[in-house]
Amino acid sequence: MTARRRSSYPLGLLALRTVAAWGVALLLFFPLGWLLLTAFKTELQAIAVPPLLFFTPTFENFHEVQERSDYLLYAKNSVITSVLSTVVGLMLAAPAAYAMAFFKGKYTKDILMWMLSTKMMPAVGAFVPIYVLAQKSHLLDTQLALIIVFALSNLPIMVWMLYSHFKDIPREILEAARMDGATLWQEVRLVLLPLGMGGLASTGLLCLVLSWNEAFWSLNLSAAKAGTLATLIASYSSPEGLFWAKLSAASLMAIAPIVVFGWFSQKQLVQGLTFGAVK
Amino acid sequence: MNRRLLPRLLLTPAMVTLFLWMIVPLVMTLYFSFIHYNLMQPDQTGFAGLENFEYFVTDPSFGTAVLNTLLLLGSVILITVVFGVAIALLINEPFPGRGIVRVLLISPFFVMPTVNALMWKNMMMNPIYGVLAQVWMFFGAQPVDWLTDLPLFSVIVMVAWQWLPFATLIFMTALQSMNHEQLEASRMDGANYLQQLRYLYVPHLGRSVAVVVMIELIFLLSIFAEIYTTTGGGPGDASTNVTFLIFKQALLNFDAGVASAGALFAVLLANIAAVFLIRMVGKNLDK
Repeated sequence: MTARRRSSYPLGLLALRTVAAWGVALLLFFPLGWLLLTAFKTELQAIAVPPLLFFTPTFENFHEVQERSDYLLYAKNSVITSVLSTVVGLMLAAPAAYAMAFFKGKYTKDILMWMLSTKMMPAVGAFVPIYVLAQKSHLLDTQLALIIVFALSNLPIMVWMLYSHFKDIPREILEAARMDGATLWQEVRLVLLPLGMGGLASTGLLCLVLSWNEAFWSLNLSAAKAGTLATLIASYSSPEGLFWAKLSAASLMAIAPIVVFGWFSQKQLVQGLTFGAVK
Repeated sequence: MNRRLLPRLLLTPAMVTLFLWMIVPLVMTLYFSFIHYNLMQPDQTGFAGLENFEYFVTDPSFGTAVLNTLLLLGSVILITVVFGVAIALLINEPFPGRGIVRVLLISPFFVMPTVNALMWKNMMMNPIYGVLAQVWMFFGAQPVDWLTDLPLFSVIVMVAWQWLPFATLIFMTALQSMNHEQLEASRMDGANYLQQLRYLYVPHLGRSVAVVVMIELIFLLSIFAEIYTTTGGGPGDASTNVTFLIFKQALLNFDAGVASAGALFAVLLANIAAVFLIRMVGKNLDK
């Protein structure tokens, strides 16, 4: 099929398309590529005019970032808050999505719409109260506060994504299982989990990415103790922190895990992101 | 297990937490917005009436912030949809290295907004050492001081760069599901590429455009990190959006009362947008 299509395809057009596609891709990737190069330069090389393309790479920046600001502590906070908020979110969202997908009631649609509408409220709209509550309960600058906030702010999207995935599981399979006398637990373990794994995975992946990159709440609810990598990077925005090579190294260390992770999971992410509406 | 009780039991935890997450801050915000509440002036207390609202709305920055919010939203959505469709069409047919091109194209979406902002600010847009300045000089032009002279435009560039991959990815997925027999048939009937674009590709993409617009709207209304780490809303109010204005009131002026009044306004703004968009997408998802 593909072979036939390709053979009917003019070669000149293919060449043109190839060049154009690579051109666009390299152009859009350029800032990231430049960041990657700068991370391995010395500070002087980083601001050289004209910019240096070829140089002897140094790993000095990475050591210095760790020494100056304890990168590992922030990285650990990022891992803990994003993983745990994803787990908490899934634990709340999955049962709800399951209930709505398989026991559709009169109000299911309204509930779904209401849930999504809570996501339309900008974070800053809830900022003062959440800040006051966190302060009163001594949760400022704790991982727990971030975990709760991340999980809840992602919850509507998680429910939606899981709902659209679960809805695509043929009802007949579940009904057959019920006829055969499967208990709820068996139904979930033997039918729903294996068939809904893709949905759970893509939902979890997206939440992980969103929590990892979240900046508003991390910047305003956490500081030196529970700060995530987003907080660490923002601390480089002050003028005295203007060391490009170190900034690049820190940035690279902050984004590399999630970017690489994203490369491997892009297919699942697309399915999830579109709520299954685009196939 | 009772088949009527079970779904409610499963639904309750998510609904209760979400309800609390919505209603508690909302009620508190409502309360704060009607009292004098400045963290720096604890002696000033009591009912404020509509003073906070008046103060927020008559703030000279207010109009600019609303306009900036809409400009940012509109331009980023327009840029990502138009270029997203174009790039998706470009890489829709197989060509050498398509897998790598896809990986390169999708990458910006995973970049942390704070990193995105600092990277553009320092390494791309710096008027002396930045790559763009070097390119401008190479062509004999005067380098632009992007963040000072075109602050809102600079923020738009950063945000659009981040969200273009998202749009591309979704349009690409939608194109993959096009009916090939239909395309083949239209070709046989002598339709050229432009006609195919007009009558087959674009109508097919309608639904994914709705999804892209909705999700971007949710995230773009509350753009914060890019502004916080680059321009700080300035110079003046040139790149202040509603989110950032409220943040300024709450954390730089310590006025929780005024910030709360502003927050209610942001909620209103978001809900106006939501009513239209959720309906539109809701219809689309109904099947």
